[in-house]
Amino acid sequence: MSSVSSADIKREFSKSVLGITGILIIISLITVSIIAAITIPASTFQEWNNPEKWLEYPKTSVPIWVNYFTTEKIPEHKIIEPQIFQSNSNNVYLTSQQFLINFEFDDFPSDFVYEYEAKYSNAHLISVNLLRPDGLEVNLLTMSLPFSENETIYKQRIFSTDEMIKKNLLMSSNLFMFDISQKSVTDILFSDTNENKILKGNYAFVVNMYGIDNQSKITDSKIVLGGKAYGFMGTDELRRDLAVGLLWGTPLALFIGVSVAIGSVVVGLIYGVYSGYKGKKTDETMMRFNDIIYALPALPFLIILAVTISNSIFLMIGFLMIFSWVGVAKVSRSMSLQIKTRQYVEAAKIMGQKDSKIIFRHIIPQLLPYAFASIAISVPAAITTEAGLSFLGLGDPSFPTWGQILHDANTYGATAQGFWWWIIPPGLLIAITGLAFVFIGNALDSIVNPKLKR
Amino acid sequence: MLGLKRYLVTRGLTMFGVLLVTLLLTVALVGSNMDTILKQGIIFQVRSEITDNPSIAKSFTNPEDFEAFVQQKIDERIIALGLDTPWYSPQRIGYTMFKIMILDFGNATFLTSDTGSPNVGDILLEKLPKTVLLFTTATIIISIIGILLGAASSSKIGSKTDRLTSTFAVISSSFPVWWIGMLMIFAFAFVYQIFPARATPDIEPSDPGYILSLLYHMALPLITIVLIGFGSWAYLVRNFMVGVMQEDFITAKRTIGINKKKIIYKHALKNAAPPIVTILALSLSGSLGGAIITEAVFDWPGMGRLYFEAISVMDLPVIIGSTYVLTVLFLISIFIADLLYGYFDPRVRTGL
Repeated sequence: MSSVSSADIKREFSKSVLGITGILIIISLITVSIIAAITIPASTFQEWNNPEKWLEYPKTSVPIWVNYFTTEKIPEHKIIEPQIFQSNSNNVYLTSQQFLINFEFDDFPSDFVYEYEAKYSNAHLISVNLLRPDGLEVNLLTMSLPFSENETIYKQRIFSTDEMIKKNLLMSSNLFMFDISQKSVTDILFSDTNENKILKGNYAFVVNMYGIDNQSKITDSKIVLGGKAYGFMGTDELRRDLAVGLLWGTPLALFIGVSVAIGSVVVGLIYGVYSGYKGKKTDETMMRFNDIIYALPALPFLIILAVTISNSIFLMIGFLMIFSWVGVAKVSRSMSLQIKTRQYVEAAKIMGQKDSKIIFRHIIPQLLPYAFASIAISVPAAITTEAGLSFLGLGDPSFPTWGQILHDANTYGATAQGFWWWIIPPGLLIAITGLAFVFIGNALDSIVNPKLKR
Repeated sequence: MLGLKRYLVTRGLTMFGVLLVTLLLTVALVGSNMDTILKQGIIFQVRSEITDNPSIAKSFTNPEDFEAFVQQKIDERIIALGLDTPWYSPQRIGYTMFKIMILDFGNATFLTSDTGSPNVGDILLEKLPKTVLLFTTATIIISIIGILLGAASSSKIGSKTDRLTSTFAVISSSFPVWWIGMLMIFAFAFVYQIFPARATPDIEPSDPGYILSLLYHMALPLITIVLIGFGSWAYLVRNFMVGVMQEDFITAKRTIGINKKKIIYKHALKNAAPPIVTILALSLSGSLGGAIITEAVFDWPGMGRLYFEAISVMDLPVIIGSTYVLTVLFLISIFIADLLYGYFDPRVRTGL
């Protein structure tokens, strides 16, 4: 069983389709992790549980690619940056911002918010207009900014639900051939004039800021056009971009799975080999202890540990290790019982080599193929157990994992409301990651234990 | 027989040791929290008694004396309840553990049984049968499907059935059961409204239709558990069978021309029985512990959900009680598995 050389393993492994598939999946997961670390700043990820960070995002929106599969195009949620032009004539200074939108969807946007920050002094006037594809220009709002003698910074958010906008629209109700009094502002603005149907094409919000004597300066501004589709993975009930959570979950899951697996296999291997090599009373005592750990109910204990001690991810990895080295220890003990009777081990003993040297030089290297297979096989269990604990709400809030996304989905009744994009991807990722390691583990296992192949 | 007896005694003692360790660990982990909560309760009790009785406050002229009086009252109570010694003092741990051992779990802090009793024992007695009903049924179905499928695929190694079974086993074992549960609820309770989404029946337990309603509510979790479970069972059985099929006596039977089907289902399966029965005993109990998350997803009113609820409100007596019961069940089945293994495999009991 342990006479397989590493070159043999390499050759055999490269022939195993499943093993190669597993390796490819893991390589792509690692690539995803690297991409996540580069493109999404860690700060975004740390703000995962801070609701303020996600205010601009839409609630429970489907991923945008859904629109490729539907005939009715769901309006995308857009955050639009302006193009700014400045001019002056006869001492009237104008700062004009244009927000261009190509609206080709089959439903009205739910709302819009215009958010800006202006630096000015004295009196200033702001007017918000919408230029429609049919050439119509609708004035939404005209208002003056609060007067200020010194230069001040003024911040404001104008919502589409603002009373003034509706009033202004009602004044031009003769433009529309249908009754607009009961409609929401976006239902009117993005509608055909003849009947209340969506008007597709290029829209432009034009925001003009007029000042006399001096130029104002727009330091920050954007329009958020509310839609029901956002990002590559959609958003959840708390407006979070699920792509961020899923991408960052990848390195976390790999980290948890691999560190638990390596830690427990190394501990189990050394423990088992030592116990088997020493034999007699030492073996008896060590195996009794092993039996005790084996008989502890793992999940209830993990839950109690998480609740009473800490749910920090690093401690959790340690807790998971406590319960997962036992099986490896049992198998490596019986393997070392066989290996220690081999002549070269006996010879080393007679030559007076130290026990530790015999164990690490002569016995453990023989068990390495088995150890690698065990590492690969125990990764999925670690990942699913951590996901399960997170699902119960016992995860580390500063490191949101896939399990925690599913926990939130369950808390907000995602199944009942049909938010499939919130439920399917995290679970699928857990399963695929686990599967990749199982593939590798099985491929290694059938090389190490060729009996199963026949 | 002496060997077997000795073997059983050793195993029994180990199990008892495990039980004590588990209890000790549980008590140690929740003990300090328990004391804090109890002490806060006493302080609250004493203060409210004094506010209810204004004459006590009036009899004091300066506030320091009054505070000292209150503190003295609190201390008296704490000593009366034995809380003055820390929770890790030997006599307190001993007393707590003794009470738990004789199944006296006391009263729950927040949770009650369906009939309104706060006694932890009553709550557990009410939940346990439901967990056993769901998970034992599921395990039995899984093992039947698994054994048949495993035997079938071992008869034609490398065939389509065999490869399908192995693939399904590997894939299904990497999916978390509770996630499949969420998908099943999504698909069969909301998209196609066949089964109820919550597994708790909405009628009173005294109602004659309760059993039927319970079974109907059980369908979705049962299907989910079976779906995820039978693949790995079939794979295990297949591997045991493959091992047995390579033994000499099977080859001999084959050469003398006994029907292949007969060999598989009669001779090979019989010889693969020991490990299969052992695994059955283990998985029966394993299912009980693993039920926590599954029951939380399906809202099945059993031990698992009780455990989860107790954790989320930190109802310590219930946590201790259910951990104890779960451990006992787990240990009993490990013991049975050991027993069976020792019975089937004489090498174990002779210590070879």
